[in-house]
Amino acid sequence: MNFEEHAAKPLLAGHGIAVPRGALAKTPDEAAAVAAGIGAVVIKAQVAAGKRGKAGGIKLAATPEEARTHARAIIGMEIAGHRVKKVLVEEQLPIARELYAAVLNDASSKGPLVMFSTAGGMDIEEVATTAPGKLRRKPIDIRGGFSRADAAALVQGLALGASEAAVANALVKLYEAYAAFDAELLEINPLIVARDGRVVALDCKFVMDDGAIVRHPDVARAGTPDRLTGLEASAKAAGLKYIDLDGDVGVLANGAGLTMTTMDVIRHYGGRPANFLEIGGEAYTQAQPALELLLSKPGIRSLVINFCGAFARTDVMTQGVIDAIGALKPRLPIFFSVHGTGDEEAIKLLKERLGVTPLPTMNDACEAAVKAAVKRTAA
Amino acid sequence: MIVRGSDRVLVMGITGKQGTFWTERMQAYGTRVIGGTNPSKAGTTHCNVPVFATARDAMKGAAFDVAVLFIPPLMVKEAALDAIEAGARGLVVLTEHIPVQDVMYFVAAAKERSVWILGPNTAGAVTPGECFAGFMPAFNERVFRKGSIGVVSRSGSLGVLFCLNVVQAGYGESAFLGIGGDPIIGTTTRDALAALDHFPGTEAVVMVGEIGGSMEEEAAEYAKTMAKPVVAFIAGGAAPEGKKMGHAGAIVMGEKGSYRSKRSALEAAGVTVLDTPSDVGAALKARLGS
Repeated sequence: MNFEEHAAKPLLAGHGIAVPRGALAKTPDEAAAVAAGIGAVVIKAQVAAGKRGKAGGIKLAATPEEARTHARAIIGMEIAGHRVKKVLVEEQLPIARELYAAVLNDASSKGPLVMFSTAGGMDIEEVATTAPGKLRRKPIDIRGGFSRADAAALVQGLALGASEAAVANALVKLYEAYAAFDAELLEINPLIVARDGRVVALDCKFVMDDGAIVRHPDVARAGTPDRLTGLEASAKAAGLKYIDLDGDVGVLANGAGLTMTTMDVIRHYGGRPANFLEIGGEAYTQAQPALELLLSKPGIRSLVINFCGAFARTDVMTQGVIDAIGALKPRLPIFFSVHGTGDEEAIKLLKERLGVTPLPTMNDACEAAVKAAVKRTAA
Repeated sequence: MIVRGSDRVLVMGITGKQGTFWTERMQAYGTRVIGGTNPSKAGTTHCNVPVFATARDAMKGAAFDVAVLFIPPLMVKEAALDAIEAGARGLVVLTEHIPVQDVMYFVAAAKERSVWILGPNTAGAVTPGECFAGFMPAFNERVFRKGSIGVVSRSGSLGVLFCLNVVQAGYGESAFLGIGGDPIIGTTTRDALAALDHFPGTEAVVMVGEIGGSMEEEAAEYAKTMAKPVVAFIAGGAAPEGKKMGHAGAIVMGEKGSYRSKRSALEAAGVTVLDTPSDVGAALKARLGS
């Protein structure tokens, strides 16, 4: 789950990392009022997307009037597909150094990775490719955590002078916040050394591990929900994994790998998948609501139902499908491929209840569905 | 991480609905289940084996080699650490949606003691003719038959499909290893490829990967060193960028984790990359000679 800057910064502040004074504003007048209490400010669009500055979503304002003008321009703007609904109005700070600091879950070391660079304020992926020597990385054994000595070693020799200890301290606090909030990524870019020597987080990106949201219900309330289509939202509420795509061949399968593969094989035969919908794991008993949901999607011309049972029992899934078909009586052509746990029972059910025989392979089912969709388009 | 018929298996969470259902099937197939755990039912018998409070207790009462965990997400860390401290040789972690920081914790503990882990979010492992651990249809003869093809898959359902196609093509499996669909897992594709490479009776390996991460690229490095042929399929070529495709690990961001990157790395390593799962039989025949 993503958090916008204004929702992420208080989490840092709660762990002892300084952030600029400021407040959230939803209207130009609110922005002007906040600026009046601060002085020179920066107005920042609040959307869960990077490169806000390049998109014109970050502006400096010397007076409340300027703050109002910039806020008026930024609110309503679209950045990377997100409509800006609010801005963060914060004090301007005189910058001596711009640094980069982050902690993230790293698949290759199978643990947390602390990253630090003196090339702050830039796109860090660009730094990693153009000047990899400027990016320091420290893989952590999560059982021991990230110590003060680890932090000191990571920042030494970079001419940080009198602020070196304070920067190291900020890294320790950052790691503490990462651990406390089950972050997948917690990043400060830039982390600045102000001219008065204070170390302050000017920005913050926080992504919470979706699997850990249940452990932090209160914190998660401040997160930004995924942008979902109507059907995606209904599916999520029903505990189903569903993604809308723009094709016309519907897909219902069990398990993420098999569902992706069904899409791939539809594409292989020249068709376009209409969606991703899987009922793997415990959700295999949800075939009926899943199919009912899918059949409500406009523009589907044919359907592939592809079951390969391991944990998921194909007989239980097939029964759900038969119930959904019985309830909705869809008129579009449906092609089945059914294998694995419970398949004999499932094939028997299909024959008895629907008079249907599954195709020998999933390739056959996908090819038939693509042809049927093309035929119905022509008709 | 290849489970053998002689391995003694402890089922953690044996008394639950799924624990019971799959323990019965494992026993019927020949898996040597020696006990189970459930802290509130210690001292009782379930599926004809003793139930212990913890894996440490089990090790004293009924020594085991491999622990299979049917445990809810937020309780897996404690159970896995229990099994590791008890002296398990390997763990099969089936659970999906375990907080990643918990996974990193017990994976680090396992590594320190040289304990292997399959998963999290795996369907388990099958050694046809011997045993299985997890929830795979090992007993379905159209899917699993003793043979010479090693199969490694991130996905359980797709693993079943490939095993089915391998058997339909007239082959059988030496071993199947499900490694799991999470971004951080104990056994990587490369680790599994190496295990199958060294497993006696294995003549070729089928590697079933998917978009996201860089495990297939790392496995390609190992495949270069192998004398045995490798045939691979990568799921997710038609997936849109930036969306998690069901598995938490299956996400493409720019070129990272992309289908193209994986396919070209594997082809450069001499691996036959399939367009669709149905092509696996023909590819094996071409590589092994019929």
